[in-house]
Amino acid sequence: MSALAPVLEPLTILIAEDSAADLLLLSTIVRRQGHQVLTASNGAQAVDLFARERPQLVLMDALMPVMDGFEAARRIKQLAGEALVPIIFLTSLRQSEALAQCLDAGGDDFLPKPYNPLILAAKINAMDRLRRLQATVLQQRDLIAKHHDYLLHEQRVAKAVFDKVAHSGCINAAPNIRYLQSPYALFNGDLLLAAYTPAGDMHVLLGDFTGHGLPAAVGAMPLAEVFYGMTAKGYGLTQILREMNAKLKRILPVDMFCCATLLCLSTQRRAVEVWNGGMPEGYVHEVATGKRTPLISRHLPLGVLSAQAFDDRTEVWPMALGDRVFLLSDGVLDTADANEQLFGAERLQQVFAANREPDRLFEDIEQALAAFRGEARDDVSMLEITLQAGQSMRATGPLYADSGQSCPLDWSMSFEFRAETLKRYNPLPYLLQLLLEIHGLREQSGALYSVMAELYSNALEHGVLGLDSRLKRDAEGFAQYYRLRNERLVQLSSGYVRVHVQVEPTATGGRMTLRIEDSGPGFDVEQVLARPLDVDRLSGRGLDLVRQLSSDVRWSDGGRSVCVEFCWEALA
Amino acid sequence: MSIESEVSLDGTKLTIAIKGRFDFGSHQLFRDAYERFYKVPQVYIVDLKETTYMDSSALGMLLLLRDHAGGDNSEVQVINSSSDVRKILAISNFDKLFDIN
Repeated sequence: MSALAPVLEPLTILIAEDSAADLLLLSTIVRRQGHQVLTASNGAQAVDLFARERPQLVLMDALMPVMDGFEAARRIKQLAGEALVPIIFLTSLRQSEALAQCLDAGGDDFLPKPYNPLILAAKINAMDRLRRLQATVLQQRDLIAKHHDYLLHEQRVAKAVFDKVAHSGCINAAPNIRYLQSPYALFNGDLLLAAYTPAGDMHVLLGDFTGHGLPAAVGAMPLAEVFYGMTAKGYGLTQILREMNAKLKRILPVDMFCCATLLCLSTQRRAVEVWNGGMPEGYVHEVATGKRTPLISRHLPLGVLSAQAFDDRTEVWPMALGDRVFLLSDGVLDTADANEQLFGAERLQQVFAANREPDRLFEDIEQALAAFRGEARDDVSMLEITLQAGQSMRATGPLYADSGQSCPLDWSMSFEFRAETLKRYNPLPYLLQLLLEIHGLREQSGALYSVMAELYSNALEHGVLGLDSRLKRDAEGFAQYYRLRNERLVQLSSGYVRVHVQVEPTATGGRMTLRIEDSGPGFDVEQVLARPLDVDRLSGRGLDLVRQLSSDVRWSDGGRSVCVEFCWEALA
Repeated sequence: MSIESEVSLDGTKLTIAIKGRFDFGSHQLFRDAYERFYKVPQVYIVDLKETTYMDSSALGMLLLLRDHAGGDNSEVQVINSSSDVRKILAISNFDKLFDIN
């Protein structure tokens, strides 16, 4: 017996044999080889025993009374299900037809009588190897299926959480935004955010993280938090960009970054301010002339450069009511045909040129992509925003339900912001937060912010920087205005903007007086106010807005000082 | 896709040539191409002559190489890029970080 291959692990083996002598002989051989033995004298007994004891291997005589070996083999295979229970037929049959019948019935091998113990042991071992292989395959299949389910579940949860974060802004509520984003674009790293500023401008971000899957989606969370948090507080694009870049630089690995276009669309100023780092060119579409101005990527993506090296310069383009901004992700341009040719910017231009109904632009692009590639892609994002009149200003944050007993009511403060500060710091979000400590002002926070923003930028741009708003009368002058603004700000070495706030209680509630002074040469107040209001004029919009929104506006000191008042009634 | 790397005789210049698609699938090969040299070259050259396509993961890999080569003090040249590949580098403004010609 020393020649036998060693038994790996004792098995439970069922032997079905109607001849008592053969059964005894076989049982003895198999037991000697170290296995446990169950015995049956016909097929029906064998099936019963199998169902009860679940042996790992079966030795089956072909011809037995009550139920023959073929039928018993079929039933046992059915009971065994996916697990491999090898069945070795014991047979004195010699015709190949009969031997084939054994295998057809589900047998795995056969052993001719008379039995050779050596061959029997070898066959049991070989069948055991197959049995183990099958068990391993099944186990691994189940494991993979489990992991797969788990992953899908995680993605569903992640997407649900993410949708709440990504869609907490106004992306679905704003009537002037249309977008198309493939349902699982998130897991391709595409990100689309939109929110109103306190002044009623709209901030929009279309981003694209490197890589795919969950890692690409993870970076989107902190980006969305910064976007919504800072937009609601009244921060401008440059501060938001700096914060996003610094945050991503800190948390992302070196080879991950986020291509992004961030823009601020202002109905009041009839303008769009844009920063593009690494996204394909979007366009400002002037509806009256059909002209499309490309929004070119001027910067490295977010999360690549250190805070010191980061470039936050934006571009400003004029827009008339009804003009549109179109943004897209690289999934559009990178769509490849069967020969790996890319769709590219030129084909997109052709779609633009052929487009007759502006509202069907997305459909036209999708059709062109599908025709080009032959099938749809799942990482395409497109966005179109129309400049519309009358975005109402909204209060920021919750309106507190307390009695207002603890809010400050009689105080004043003054700030002087000098050249180095004016260059790099926007004091408005800070001032707004401070003023919103006064509960009575909270309902007017939108108007308050708009007025402060206008008066501050007038003091800075027309006063300290000496820019003439009449430059902005046409599109070219408009661009020049913002170019000059950047140049002069960089070179600024003197000058100031002062902000004085005075808060007093009144008989019915309270009054806040805001005075802003600048170091500039002043202007002829009466002449400027006498200019007729021209709806399509790009300049001079700010003062009209201020006069609409605050209860009293007065200039003094030759236009260098301006004072506005906001009043409120005590809360009931 | 294949990646070959070669060090100049004096050991100061490492050239990495990428053939075919330069995308996420090249990640490990690309890292191996510069990490397996224990001597630190002064100049890294990425040769894109036979690169047919490049995605944003490939841009990330270039950033990894730049980081490995010393970040702001590194000298990484990207050479022989085709017009399609150059467009991708241009949109991302990578010419601000790499010497691209």
